[in-house]
Amino acid sequence: MVKLPIYMDNHATTRLDPRVLEAMLPYFSEKFGNAASRNHAFGWEAEEAVEKARATIASLLNAKSKEIIFTSGATESDNLAIKGVVEFYREKGNHIITCVTEHKAVLDSCRALERLGKAEVTYLPVDKYGMVDPDDVRQAITDRTVLITIMYANNEIGTIHPVAEIGKIAKDKGILFHCDAVQAVGKIGVDVERDGIDLLSLTAHKIYGPKGLGALYVRSRGPRVRLAPIIDGGGHERGMRSGTLNVPGIVGFGAACEIAAAEMAAEARRLTDLRNKLQAGVFERLDEVYLNGHPTQRLPGNFNVSFAYVEGESLLMGISDIAVSSGSACTSATLEPSYVIRALGVGEELAHSSIRFGLGRFNTEEEVDYVVDRVAKEVKRLREMSPLYEMAREGIDLKSVQWRTD
Amino acid sequence: MAYSSKVIDHYTNPRNVGSFAKDDPSVGTGVVGAPECGDVMKLQLKIDEGGVIEDARFKTFGCGSAIASSSYVTELVKGKHIDEALAIKNTVIVKELNLPPVKIHCSVLAEDAIKAAISDWKKHRGNAAEQSKKTAAEA
Repeated sequence: MVKLPIYMDNHATTRLDPRVLEAMLPYFSEKFGNAASRNHAFGWEAEEAVEKARATIASLLNAKSKEIIFTSGATESDNLAIKGVVEFYREKGNHIITCVTEHKAVLDSCRALERLGKAEVTYLPVDKYGMVDPDDVRQAITDRTVLITIMYANNEIGTIHPVAEIGKIAKDKGILFHCDAVQAVGKIGVDVERDGIDLLSLTAHKIYGPKGLGALYVRSRGPRVRLAPIIDGGGHERGMRSGTLNVPGIVGFGAACEIAAAEMAAEARRLTDLRNKLQAGVFERLDEVYLNGHPTQRLPGNFNVSFAYVEGESLLMGISDIAVSSGSACTSATLEPSYVIRALGVGEELAHSSIRFGLGRFNTEEEVDYVVDRVAKEVKRLREMSPLYEMAREGIDLKSVQWRTD
Repeated sequence: MAYSSKVIDHYTNPRNVGSFAKDDPSVGTGVVGAPECGDVMKLQLKIDEGGVIEDARFKTFGCGSAIASSSYVTELVKGKHIDEALAIKNTVIVKELNLPPVKIHCSVLAEDAIKAAISDWKKHRGNAAEQSKKTAAEA
């Protein structure tokens, strides 16, 4: 029997790996020094731990230690990269190229700059699999473009963008390329040299590290990227991000990256197998189920699916012993269905019916079996209760119906 | 957001799920909402000659609160005269199910479903009355 509830929402956050916790603990107690204290052993000890973690994180990205800037999380990293570049390079231009399925931290940073009159932004569309076309990127470039910001892999549908191609376009045109790689780092190979990335956001809590700890990779050479800080103060992190470093968090981030580097290949294979088992099980048990995202260019643990005629939140309620998330309007604060799913052009009703399963390090095969069974039963129950399912079975084309929405 | 125990109860054990034959003249069918809005309710009322609601069925595509609202409404209207049923306000549903502010639209939809079903029944009866008048005239 599996242990309930089951956590299968690993795109939202991940459980801290016990090995990471172990590494962090001393830095909450006896090793409490401030890494900026330059004149005593407590400070040196903290600084040494921070630099060790910085080197580990850098090596996971094929970057150099000094190119890693610690932040409070990927939201701050995205803000710093976008606002920092636009501010610093304002003499050069003010145009940003991004894409409609980016994380809100990227989209809202862009919108904030638009509102302030500091930037003009092109929001590129995606194809039906959620992938941006590198040619669209190329064509959107103007002589005022200072930044291209495209994510590595999407947090809802798991689609992996052609990042290396975009990086090459950016390099050819001499434009900086920022990549929000929160979902990709530690899950698939990310290499800032191979991929031509100049700025990259990442966070600890998506890779079995602690919450509240992020980083921004800032290229130091070829080109050397400059940023205007958004947080001013004591000049920490080469002046790009002031504030006393979160030493235990950074140690945890380092430990999480060390484990990821050692286990990523095997873990990706295992999670792909588990994901495929989950997907196959669901498709076998139910008809009218639609995959959201790319069939192959997808994160190992991601399975985003729409169950036609069943509203997402009601399904979540029915499988309350399984933690997953939905693109349904009812689960969001804005009461609008997922903008990512809608961008795929699948229709609003399938956005309302979408469920995201996110498999991670601690999920087991038994859990997948349980989830397939629970989901299939609940979808069938809810379809029996669904007027749309009934109409579809009577042969009514739901698109031709005049709905009353007064 | 946690659900109220009454919402969970109606969601887990929905009352009166199902359908009546649409062409039964004693049945009024109301379908409200739209799939792209994430809520569609179908409410059917079986109403006798005197305008008393004898039975009710529903099917709902929507969140747990939408399912619970329609399930509760089927219980609420049974045995009521259509004039009483038409006077039911969504606030009664909100109160009974402890719906939070973001779910009030579910109760509004349920209120609309009652009105739509009764209006459909009246239309049926109108047609039926006309039909029988016609038949009488022809005879």
